[in-house]
Amino acid sequence: MASLGSLATVPLKAKREGDKNAKSIVFVGLLWFAVLFAVLCLAVLLIDTFLDGRTRLDGNLFTRYTSEVIPETAGARAAILGSALVIVLTAAMAIPLGVAAGIYLEEFADSRRWYNRIIEVNLTNLAAVPAIVYGMLTAGVALSIGLPRRIVLCGAIALALLILPVIILTTREAIRAVPQEIRQGSLALGATPLQTVWRQTLPSAVPGIATGSILALSRALGEAAPLLLLGGLVFVNYDPNGLFSGYTVLPIQIFNWAQQSQLAFQQVASAAIMLMLVLLLIMNTLAIIIRNRYQKRW
Amino acid sequence: MSAPSTTEGSSKTAPRGVDPASYDSDPSQFLKQRRGRYGERVAMGGLIGSAGLSVLITVGIFLALLVPALDFFREISIGDFLSGQRWAPTFADADFGVLPLVTGTLWTTAIGMLIAVPFGLGAAVYLAEYAPHRVRSILKPILEILAGIPSVVYGYFALFFVAPVILNDLLHIGVGTFSVLAAGLVLGVMIIPTIASISEDALSAVPQSLRQASLALGANRMRTTTRVVFPAAISGITASVVLGASRAVGETMIVALAAGPQARIVSSPTESGQTMTGFIAQTATGESSPGTLGYNTLFAVGLLLFVVTLLMNVIAGMVVRRIREVY
Repeated sequence: MASLGSLATVPLKAKREGDKNAKSIVFVGLLWFAVLFAVLCLAVLLIDTFLDGRTRLDGNLFTRYTSEVIPETAGARAAILGSALVIVLTAAMAIPLGVAAGIYLEEFADSRRWYNRIIEVNLTNLAAVPAIVYGMLTAGVALSIGLPRRIVLCGAIALALLILPVIILTTREAIRAVPQEIRQGSLALGATPLQTVWRQTLPSAVPGIATGSILALSRALGEAAPLLLLGGLVFVNYDPNGLFSGYTVLPIQIFNWAQQSQLAFQQVASAAIMLMLVLLLIMNTLAIIIRNRYQKRW
Repeated sequence: MSAPSTTEGSSKTAPRGVDPASYDSDPSQFLKQRRGRYGERVAMGGLIGSAGLSVLITVGIFLALLVPALDFFREISIGDFLSGQRWAPTFADADFGVLPLVTGTLWTTAIGMLIAVPFGLGAAVYLAEYAPHRVRSILKPILEILAGIPSVVYGYFALFFVAPVILNDLLHIGVGTFSVLAAGLVLGVMIIPTIASISEDALSAVPQSLRQASLALGANRMRTTTRVVFPAAISGITASVVLGASRAVGETMIVALAAGPQARIVSSPTESGQTMTGFIAQTATGESSPGTLGYNTLFAVGLLLFVVTLLMNVIAGMVVRRIREVY
């Protein structure tokens, strides 16, 4: 055994591990591959859908109703109008309710109270409930109050319930980002807590809420599962005209077309998919623009 | 921001306050609010009501599923339902054993997780630990787009591209039009962003000092990532995986389109087989009238689905709370 003195003369040299050994390079390569795989999937999906549907991206898609007999000129008119109506209704229901609930939980709720804790736990669980279950809930409620279930109103209610947890969450995050000094300043000037929320906190949080709400609505626009029970009439060849009218929406229409065996239906389905993806892209771009342009950095 | 509201406030309170008589006799009267703020109470009630609505929704889900399901279980015993091996609710000799649907769901979920866990975690580790800022700012939006694509689009992709082109032509795996393999693979791709984004948040939340300490002790980046950062973030990563699995169980449109319309015990991934959600989707589009056994069957399966996903989330929450490290 070397004495301490002789050890001190040996230069201290630990075995160094560089980042350039084979194991590390393979590791980084695998990580790269994982990311590349996701990007590749997106690219292939978009290209394949576009190639399938490019011949049907024409005026017929917008102006014609779907048809059982001549799929070559079938269009998604009823579905486009149905989607628009359902999404507007969904927004009208989900955004006020979600924002109100978010304000209460973030600004007023005492998180030590048992009932507020129940609401918190409940919200995390609601966010993970499968989408189709919301359709079953709405169908059950509609049945018990004697409403027909395959109407615009029921579809919009199901989608509103589906995105409500998301809107509550984004509202809370947006409100939390407003600095405490704004509230204190308002309260010090004599505003009541509710006036403070309405005139100071909420206006400052609007960009964040708008961004989150648009993203949530874009999810609702593409969601088909809950509407299978609540719409999904196979061939709708009329415009929806009110809350109690029968209807179909884009994702349901795509689902129906994809189930048909003729190639022409497959083509019009992919054309409708392109249309839906463009709509989603517009909504997401809008959300990002709002976030970047109007969101305040405190 | 506060300027307009103060002027607005004073202009409203001034006429009420300027009352010379009370001003002279009792200054405290001037400052006192005379009317109760009833409007505020109503508004507050609205806020509380909106928050309480979420609890009402959960209760509603339970009741809406439970009531028809109880009608169902009055005719079919729970034991037969959970252990029966034949699912044929619409046949003349009807059988209500849910196991075929469960095996279908297990297969698609397992295949999906086989794809989503390695690729999702790989992407998360790369984005959190390795990616330069510029690359990250390109890749994150791509993952967000992937997460935003509607599931019916993935279903179309599985049915018309993955099954015929990738599996049959490219890889020469003989699958029919429908297979749990094609549905599961695409399900996995759909869940990659879920796992990647939650895991990345967990990895990014690990304090920089841990990495610096590890690097200072001579570990290279790979060892730091696998031995220090990854274990430190394991609670968030576990949560992301369980959440991804529960999404896979509850996902409807992909399996409704690509997994197949017949319920049968699935024993290999190239077979077709219906899942729980696939059955609900198929039956829901038909005209089953309320109160009949066919309609109630839907809700029995829905209740099972709801209970399974709820249990997964509760378990995930417990695991996270138990193994979380607080820095």
